[in-house]
Amino acid sequence: MQIFPFIVVVWIVGIGLYGIVTSRHLVHQIMCLIVVQSSTYVLLLAVGYLTGGAAPYFSDIPTRTRAVDPVVQALALTDVVVEAAVTALLLSFAIQAHKRFGTLDPQELASLRG
Amino acid sequence: MNQLFALAVTVPLAAAAAICALRPFFDRRRWLLDLAAIVTAGSVVVMLALIMARVAGGDQVYWFAGFRPARGVAIGIDFEAGSLSAGLATLGAVLVTASMTFSRRYFERVATYYHALMLIFLAGMTGFCLTGDIFDLFVWFELMGVAAYALTAYRPEERGPLQGALNFAITNSIGAYLSLSGIALVYGGSGALNMAQIGAWTTRHPGSRLVVVAFLLILAGLLVKAAIVPFHFWLADAHAVAPTPVCVLFSGVMVELGLYGIARVYWSMFAGALGHQYGLSRLLLVLGAVTAVVGALYCFRERHIKRLLAFSTISHSGILLAAIGRFAPLGLTGAAVYIIGHALVKAALFLCTGIVLHRLGTVDEVRLHGQGRRLRATGLVYAVAALGLADLPPLTTFLAEGWSDEAGPGWAVAIFLACVIVTGAAVLRVGLGVFYGVGDPPGEDPQQAREAAEETGETVTGRHHTPLSMIIPAAVLAGAAIAIGCLGFAGLGAAVEAAAVRFQDQGAYIATVLHGARIAHPVAPFPAAEASASGASVATGVAVAAGSVAVALLTLYRRRLRLPGLYRRRPRRLARPWPRAAMILEGFQSGVINDYVAWLVLGLACLGGLIALIVH
Repeated sequence: MQIFPFIVVVWIVGIGLYGIVTSRHLVHQIMCLIVVQSSTYVLLLAVGYLTGGAAPYFSDIPTRTRAVDPVVQALALTDVVVEAAVTALLLSFAIQAHKRFGTLDPQELASLRG
Repeated sequence: MNQLFALAVTVPLAAAAAICALRPFFDRRRWLLDLAAIVTAGSVVVMLALIMARVAGGDQVYWFAGFRPARGVAIGIDFEAGSLSAGLATLGAVLVTASMTFSRRYFERVATYYHALMLIFLAGMTGFCLTGDIFDLFVWFELMGVAAYALTAYRPEERGPLQGALNFAITNSIGAYLSLSGIALVYGGSGALNMAQIGAWTTRHPGSRLVVVAFLLILAGLLVKAAIVPFHFWLADAHAVAPTPVCVLFSGVMVELGLYGIARVYWSMFAGALGHQYGLSRLLLVLGAVTAVVGALYCFRERHIKRLLAFSTISHSGILLAAIGRFAPLGLTGAAVYIIGHALVKAALFLCTGIVLHRLGTVDEVRLHGQGRRLRATGLVYAVAALGLADLPPLTTFLAEGWSDEAGPGWAVAIFLACVIVTGAAVLRVGLGVFYGVGDPPGEDPQQAREAAEETGETVTGRHHTPLSMIIPAAVLAGAAIAIGCLGFAGLGAAVEAAAVRFQDQGAYIATVLHGARIAHPVAPFPAAEASASGASVATGVAVAAGSVAVALLTLYRRRLRLPGLYRRRPRRLARPWPRAAMILEGFQSGVINDYVAWLVLGLACLGGLIALIVH
């Protein structure tokens, strides 16, 4: 395993969390959440990658060929599905917030309550 | 017969899909919709109870599609059921059944997706408890999460639910992604996703830095779910605004599932590699103590009843984390029994609060003072459940207090008992004031009243009768707490302790899953006296309950006794009499997601630093 992809992962998590903490706009905040999640794709790919490995389709190559790990793509795909569900739900909340209260600022939403 | 394992999750999922598909049909036949949901949840209870009976003699493993492991390598995906995991899943299903029955009359009009979401939530809980695959653990976690976010925002036309759901969803999602990162790392090291196989690998690589980092990340994600300080902020926001029958599930099992996840992951994957380190145990103890104190302080100063109950859940979650963190069989026994007792009485309390909202139209303690005198049955159930929360024998919780404190240092025991007294007093204060009119009539502060009035709209209010379908589930749950507490005198403790010893035996877990071994539960591993209801536990329980009643009466008559004002206000508009430290505490629960995530990052950094220090 190389160290470089892991530095990238930490960087992506860092900027994502920074974005969520400083954002004043819900949609922007949700996008930052997606950024945090996308770090897990990079991590999964980095974990499964094998330098010089072939694609794991053994129909036209000998079964003993070194290939990259096929499991991580299944994990990443599941991860994408989860993300799609969470993002869609969160964006629908944001739309409702804008429709009903005319604001997408999390601080305003919090202070106007009650 | 083995198909029960698969059916326990596929039945609720299929029922949820069918309910959505047949929506136009169900829209006109509300009773059929309720019946379908209650019957589905009830059938899951039966299935899980059958599984519990079957695993009483020893854990069982179910391999989906029959892909059994070959030579210690897991090929398929498994469900692993032991007494503790199946028991927790059963508890969840019982609470879903109770709250679906309650919802029947609670919601005048309800969209079909409410029932579907509840059933998906149920499937998520069951899968989370039973799965033996770490990636599936994440998927069930997220399935449960997405259903919970949507249920929180069940009334999206109001500001509170939207904001609570957003905070809940964003913090919990970040937690889940941290867990997933940990899972990816441990997969990269071991090449396995099966928890037993990973456990076998980590045991061969003790002290590996990768294992420590993976443990930290998975732990952090589960701590968010378990609402441990400083990851707890989302909980009160979500609980205050979610519909009451949903709060029953959130407080009763969802938070506890986070703690169960920590125990499961630790003892299946990391116990061998990390060892039962004194430092790690101390860290969890301190985290638990801080959480218990913070939860109790907020709980005591709250006047919104649902929020008050939510803060008491945070406090109890801290006590449970410390008990699990003892890494001793007696600690886990205490935690398991405490989870049962707490879930039953907390659910009953939330259901009673729902009835109050249904009948009287508010959950503000001050406005309700003396208003609930007519609700005799509700008042009785509430009082019994509140005393149960304050450890009164024979309600289950008193059993656990002694066991979970057994191995702890004296200062921790004192803190936890004090927290139980304070939260118990807060809950009793509400009961005595609302249902029996005890105490000084409150003076009204219009600004505070406005701040407290964030409920409304979730049920049609001002009804003249309490429907039986609302009071019976609450009474049954409180009665179950008494019945199980009485079992404590008849050897419940020894049985749970045997299950706890089995749960903590990583070697036996690996052998069961990977090599198909049939290992019976150890019989009476400890002197029976140690794990049964003793005179000391009864005495402690009575003393704690008496202390709670005393503190509750003191706060109710605070004006006559010239004690300072009680309730917390929103930040920036603080009352004088409270010390500065309390004012600083107020500012934390700001309701702004940015602050919560900042705390989460800070907490993660501190946790990482401490674990790095401890392990090396």
